[in-house]
Amino acid sequence: MVDVFLPRRRALLLGLGALPLAACRPGSETLTQGEIDGQTLRLVGPWEITGLDPSRAGYLFSRTEISETLVDLDDHGHYVAGLASEWSVSADRRRWRFRLRPGARFHDGSPVSGTAVRQALEYARVKPGGLGMVPIERIEAGEFTVDLHLRQIFEPLPAVLAHSSTQILAPDCYGASGSVRRIIGSGPYKLSLLEAPQRFAAEVADTWDGPVPAIRRLHYLAVGRGESRALMAESGQADVVYGLDPASWQRLRGNPRLQVQAVHLPRTIYLKLNAGHPLLARREVREAISLAIDRAGIARAVLRDESAAASQLLPPVLPDWHDPALAPLATDLARAGQLLDGLGWARGADGIRRDGQGERLALKLQTFPDRPELPVVAAAIQEQMRQLGIAVEVAIGNSSDIPAGHRNGTLQMALGARNYANIPDPSLTLSQDFAGQDSDWGAMGWSDPELATGLLSLQGAAGERARVAVRRQVTATLQAELPVIPVAWNRLVAAVQPRLAGFSLDPFERSYRISRMRWQS
Amino acid sequence: MNAQTLISLGRSLLPVLLRRGGQALAVGVLVGMLSFLMMRWLPGDFAYRIAAGRYGYDLVSAEAAEAVRRELALDAPWYVALAGWWQQLLAFDLGNSLVIGTPVVDEIRHQLGHTLMLAGAALGLSLLIGLPLGVAAGLRPGGWADRLGLLVSVGLRAFPPFLLGLLMVIVFAGADLPAAGHGEAANLFLPALTLALGLAAGSSRIVREAIRNVLASEHYAFAQTKGLPLSLAVWRHALRNMALPVVAYLGVQLAFVIEGVVILETLFAWPGIGHAMVHAVFWRDVPMIQGTCLMLALCFVLLNALVDLLCLALDPRHR
Repeated sequence: MVDVFLPRRRALLLGLGALPLAACRPGSETLTQGEIDGQTLRLVGPWEITGLDPSRAGYLFSRTEISETLVDLDDHGHYVAGLASEWSVSADRRRWRFRLRPGARFHDGSPVSGTAVRQALEYARVKPGGLGMVPIERIEAGEFTVDLHLRQIFEPLPAVLAHSSTQILAPDCYGASGSVRRIIGSGPYKLSLLEAPQRFAAEVADTWDGPVPAIRRLHYLAVGRGESRALMAESGQADVVYGLDPASWQRLRGNPRLQVQAVHLPRTIYLKLNAGHPLLARREVREAISLAIDRAGIARAVLRDESAAASQLLPPVLPDWHDPALAPLATDLARAGQLLDGLGWARGADGIRRDGQGERLALKLQTFPDRPELPVVAAAIQEQMRQLGIAVEVAIGNSSDIPAGHRNGTLQMALGARNYANIPDPSLTLSQDFAGQDSDWGAMGWSDPELATGLLSLQGAAGERARVAVRRQVTATLQAELPVIPVAWNRLVAAVQPRLAGFSLDPFERSYRISRMRWQS
Repeated sequence: MNAQTLISLGRSLLPVLLRRGGQALAVGVLVGMLSFLMMRWLPGDFAYRIAAGRYGYDLVSAEAAEAVRRELALDAPWYVALAGWWQQLLAFDLGNSLVIGTPVVDEIRHQLGHTLMLAGAALGLSLLIGLPLGVAAGLRPGGWADRLGLLVSVGLRAFPPFLLGLLMVIVFAGADLPAAGHGEAANLFLPALTLALGLAAGSSRIVREAIRNVLASEHYAFAQTKGLPLSLAVWRHALRNMALPVVAYLGVQLAFVIEGVVILETLFAWPGIGHAMVHAVFWRDVPMIQGTCLMLALCFVLLNALVDLLCLALDPRHR
């Protein structure tokens, strides 16, 4: 017998070999549509779908115009109609009535009723986001209106209702205790595929009552690594890639086959300092640290963007708050050294300063890698502070270590990146950070009663002239007192295939503006 | 197939199945316990980590963390939490992800398919690469193919998978191959090839040894003596004997596959079980970690059992 493979055994072998292959078909999801064709807009970004809840990754569904908020923003940051076509405020400014857009329907065909909106807002009140901050007494639903009754005046309400955590989903989306099980929005696109945490697809909704968008289908893919995202743009695998890292941005700017767009965000990289720590309590120390930071160098070498060096905390993209007349934060190592000399901190043999008791000036700086530039900026600051004579240990951990360290008082310094217009009215984030005790991401062991009163007054019914004065005062105090030390302003950078027309970036990151885009003919 | 063959087949299969079944049970118990305890031993506050995973760095705050602590009863003693997991597991329930909120079993069902697809493609590719190279090297030990093969396989094996993966992306990005992502067949190629190169580096050397041993054997010498041409002699009298150590080595390589899958899935944004595990560890999503570890461990046992069966099928001496 020459043939060593008996048919029976061959069948057995084939069967065994085929087993893993049979198991290879990925489990199909509840939605199986969403195939990518030449007319599908392929978006790639770093943001993963960490949950369907509006307070979690809900911003991805509002950015892709699947879901809507009651209030929208125009390109200049002014409030415009969203799901609410108009709103009015009672004379005592404690009852806001939102009239819903006539003809608005959820993607399941049901009308967007006052009851549905009230339910969505009631759930949003008890979850992280912005609505918990609003002193709501009760919410009343009419057939196509919603009334918010407030315990006290709260003027930034439209800003909160423009935040993605207050997006309105159909009643059918919510399970027991308000958990979100599916996404049924009311925007021009409806979800057609969902594979959390990495991708989803959407197509034009036939329930949409506005002009039909030119882009019929979209597909979003979350890619965590910046280098991978940049390569996907280069290889033409994505039509739009959001969030290019500085090195890729620099490289792709020279690529003739791609358009690269960038916009300043209202986000600032800053040092959070524990002013309650004995070494950091004096304003002179904070000023010395600020003077030691070479912002231009960090902007040029790390962020590859000369305009990123922060001259004050709030960037020019927030014109109501940014004060171009304010003297910019400077770098002056000699002056910084004199400030520390003046406090009696002389350099030891290792170049690190010591106080009168001989204790080394050594501090721990915590940061996190979710924003990949942060650890690199932390390393630059470490070196710049060493030149000043302060030994810094950099600890790279989880973003939550910073609020946790704030609460248990162990935090010394932290490097973070704060979006001051996450809720589009910066006064709310600034109040959280600088007017209260629980400023997880803001001042620590520092307070200024005048600044706190000023910030809280912006929630009341003050006139525009008084508001302007308060904003100027807040900006000036933060610059003089340095409860946090600004380092750099962030940009959002995107690479776009030239076949796409009408592309633009939203500095408030509320929308990808897909319904304004079209394919180049 | 007569009754006697069936009985003898059963007699040889039964020990394998019993042994591997017992192992699966023991591995399940150990992996579940260990992943739970290791997560408990890690520094840092659970509630804060989970809140950071859920809400991201812009919204994570002490309030959010305390809300998570209340919702998930994280203050309960560890043994209560572990007992709860065991109770659920006995009811075939892996629980819900603490971050994403969906049932762990649904997530794993979705991820496992992708991981098996990647691992299967990588194993297939590694055989396509490793077999011919190993045969070429083994046919002339000490020849240029052998020496070059040794050099390349040592080099490839010395590269950590993530570095090799990055190099592959850079090399192939110009060739219009997708750098990352999934959903299209071409997306599979780069991660699978990265993994396959590491695997082929090992298996080609095993093939080379195996073929050298077979060629030196008496039965092969007889095949040549009776006048068979080289290709037929190898095909009929060398391949099957050679396959045995190669298949057995596949079992050893599974550890390499699992390690590679965990790293490469993150690099290539491939939505498999390794990618999910890395995220779950970062977010302290304990049910997800337990579920994914359990599934990988069971896969490991199952695939080793398959390797055993395959060896049994190839080698008549053990039957």
